[in-house]
Amino acid sequence: MPVLEVRKMSHNFGGLRAVNGYHLEIDAGQIRGLIGPNGAGKTTIFNLISGVYAPAEGEVSLNGRKVNGLPPHRIAAMGISRTFQNLLLWRHMTVVEHVKMAHYSRIRYGLAGAFFGTRKRHREEAEIEEKALGLLEMMGIRHLAGQVVLNLPYGAQRRVEMARALATEPRVLLLDEPTAGMNPEELVRIMEIIRRAHDELGLAILLIEHRLKVVMELCERIQTLNFGEVIAEGTPEEIRNDPKVIDAYLGKESLI
Amino acid sequence: MAPPTTFRTFRAGWSRVPLIGWLFGALLAVTLERLVGGPLAAAVGLPKIPALFGLDIMLKKPLLIPNAFLYVLLVYGLPMGFATRASIAPANRLAAGLLRLPITVTTFVYIVFLYVIFHVWAEVNDYRALVLKLTLIAIMFTLSLNVINGYMGEFSCSHPGFMALGAYCASVFSLGLFVDTRFFGTALLPPALGPFVFPVALLLGGLLAAAGALIVAVPSFRTRGDYLAIISLAFLFIVKSLIENLEYVRGPRGLSGQPDWANLPTVFLWTVACIWSINNFVTSTIGKALNAVRDNEMAANAMTVDTRRTKMVAFLFAAFWAGIAGGLFAHVLRYVNPGTFGIQSLAEVLAMVYFGGLNSVYGSIVGAVSISLLGEALRPLEIFKWIIIPLLLILVMIYRPTGLIAFKDVDVTALFRPRTGPDEEV
Ligand SMILES: Nc1ncnc2c1ncn2[C@@H]1O[C@H](COP(=O)(O)OP(=O)(O)O)[C@@H](O)[C@H]1O
Ligand SMILES: [Mg+2]
Repeated sequence: MPVLEVRKMSHNFGGLRAVNGYHLEIDAGQIRGLIGPNGAGKTTIFNLISGVYAPAEGEVSLNGRKVNGLPPHRIAAMGISRTFQNLLLWRHMTVVEHVKMAHYSRIRYGLAGAFFGTRKRHREEAEIEEKALGLLEMMGIRHLAGQVVLNLPYGAQRRVEMARALATEPRVLLLDEPTAGMNPEELVRIMEIIRRAHDELGLAILLIEHRLKVVMELCERIQTLNFGEVIAEGTPEEIRNDPKVIDAYLGKESLI
Repeated sequence: MAPPTTFRTFRAGWSRVPLIGWLFGALLAVTLERLVGGPLAAAVGLPKIPALFGLDIMLKKPLLIPNAFLYVLLVYGLPMGFATRASIAPANRLAAGLLRLPITVTTFVYIVFLYVIFHVWAEVNDYRALVLKLTLIAIMFTLSLNVINGYMGEFSCSHPGFMALGAYCASVFSLGLFVDTRFFGTALLPPALGPFVFPVALLLGGLLAAAGALIVAVPSFRTRGDYLAIISLAFLFIVKSLIENLEYVRGPRGLSGQPDWANLPTVFLWTVACIWSINNFVTSTIGKALNAVRDNEMAANAMTVDTRRTKMVAFLFAAFWAGIAGGLFAHVLRYVNPGTFGIQSLAEVLAMVYFGGLNSVYGSIVGAVSISLLGEALRPLEIFKWIIIPLLLILVMIYRPTGLIAFKDVDVTALFRPRTGPDEEV
C-alpha cells in the first residue's frame, strides 16, 4: 500500500481550475518530482495535500486513512510535513526554537507543565532540544542554534525550514522548491541533505523543483504539470524526451 | 567623542556590580532612610520624608525640587553608590556562590532579599505601601495583557472587564462570608479564618474571569480575522453595565469594607507567582506556539500547532491573572465600583504594555512601574496626566515601535551572574 495516495483531486479558485484530476501514489523511500511552468498549480497541490485548502473533489489518504477535510495541524501531526516555496519562518524565534516547535503535537507535559514548570516539563523540553540539535547537526547548522532566523543567510534559512519539517517526524515530506534562490555551492549541500534525509529516515518525498538538474538527479519518477493537469509522468529519461513536456516547459527554458 | 578617561573608568566600575550588589546598596539606603530619614528630611528643608523619591513633591511644591534632589542623593544616591562600589569583590563572590546552588533556591534567595527591601521602604508611610501594592498589581495586570497583545499579537480590550469580574467575585466572597454588612447580612464564618481563605476568594475571582474570557474567546478565535478587538471591547462595556445594573452588588455605588487581607507580603507573593507562571508559560514550547501563530500561522499549522487551542489557552490564562489582580485590587483599596473598570483603565494598561515593550516580561514590569510612578507624580496635574502619558507613549512608539524592552526572554542565570567588567561577553 502506498504511504500517500491522492485520487482525482481537483480544486478551483473562483473560475480558475487550479488543479484538475490530480493522481499520486508514493511508497515509503521514494522520491518523486513535480515540475511545470510557473502558475501550473504545483504549490496548490501541496496546499491541498497538507490541508491549507480542502480539495473541492477527490481524496487524499495517508496509509489508507482519509485526511482531506482535516485541519492542517492534524494532517501534519499524522505525518505529512512540508516546506514552503517562499520561506515561512517565525521572525522573532531562534533556529532551535523553530525546530522544537515542530514537536508541539507530541508534547506530553500539558498545561500544568507549561504553567508551573514541572520536572516533567524540564525533562521533556531538554529531550526535544536534544533532538532538535541533532537535526541541526544533520543540516550542518548546529552552530546557528541560538540565532534569530531573521539574520541568517538565505541558504541557512532554507535549511532551518528543512530541519523544522523533519522534526515533525513525518512519513511524507513535501518540498516546495527547496533550492530556489540558492547559489551552486548551497545547491550541492541541499541536495546532499535531501538524499541523507531520504536514506536515513526512509521518507516518501515529493519534490517541486525548478532546476531540472536537481529533479533529474534525485527523483525516480517525475510528473509534469501544466494548467493544473498532469501532462506527462515517467522516469527522468522519459520526461526528458517527452514532446509534450518539451513543448510546455522545457522548450521555454531550454534544457538547463 | 569618547568620554574622558576618568568618567569612563567611573562608569566601568558600575558594570562590575552584580545584581546582588545593587540589592545590598538598596537595602542599605532604605535602612538608612528608615533610621534617620525624618531628621535628614528636616535638615534639607523638607516637611516630611518624600514618599516617592521626591516625585510626589516636584509638581506640588516646585520650589522644593532642589531639596528633594538633595534628599534623594543623600539617602539613595550616595549610600547605594558607596555600598555597591565598595562591595564589588565580595558581592561577585557571593553571586558566584549563589549561582552554584540549584536555580530555584538562588531565585528564592533573591526574591526574599527583594521583599525585605520593599518591606523596609514601605514601612516609612502608608502612602508608600499603597503605591507599592498598586504597582505590584499593575505589573500582574500588564504582564497578563502582554500575553494577549504581545505574545499572541492580537488586540484585546476586555482586560479591565476581567479585572472587574475578579474584583467583584472576590469581594462578594469575602464580604458575604466574613463581614457583617447591610447588603449581604451577617458574617457566616469567623473572621480569624479569613486570611487563610483569601487565596480561595482570589482563585474564584480568577476562575470567573477565565469563564468570562471563554465568552470572548469562543466567537473570536473561531475563524481567522480580527474579531477579537471589537468583541472584547463589547465585552468590557457589557461587564461594566452589568455590574452597574446589578442591585445584588449595589450597582454604581460599589462595594466597600472588604477585609484588610491584602497586605504587602500577600500582594508580593501573588505578584511573584504571576510573573513566575506567565514566564514559565511563555518560555515553554506550548507558549512559544503563540509567537509561531502570530508570526506565521500557516507555518505554525504545518508544524502541528493547533491555532485555536493555543489562543484559547493563552487568553483564558491571561484573563485568570487579570481576575486575581482584580481581587487583590479590591482588597487593597477595600472599595470597588464599576467606574474603575472603564475605558480609562483600559487606556492605562495599554499604555503600560506598549510603553514597556511587547512580548517581554521585563518590558511589562518596566512599563507598569514607570507608568504607575509617573501617574502618581502627575496626580496634582489631574487631567493633564492624560495628556502627558499619551504624549510619552507616542514618543516611544516613534522611536521604539515595540516598546522599551520588547522581545526579550527572562534569563535568570544571566541576571544573577557575577560581573567581570565592561568588556565581558553577554
Ligand atoms: N489562494 C489563491 N487564490 C486564488 N488563486 C490562487 C491562489 N493560490 C494560487 N492561485 C492561482 O492558482 C494557480 C496555480 O498557482 P500555484 O499553485 O502557486 O503555481 P505554481 O506553484 O505551480 O507556480 C495560479 O494561477 C495562481 O495564481
Ligand atoms: Mg509554487
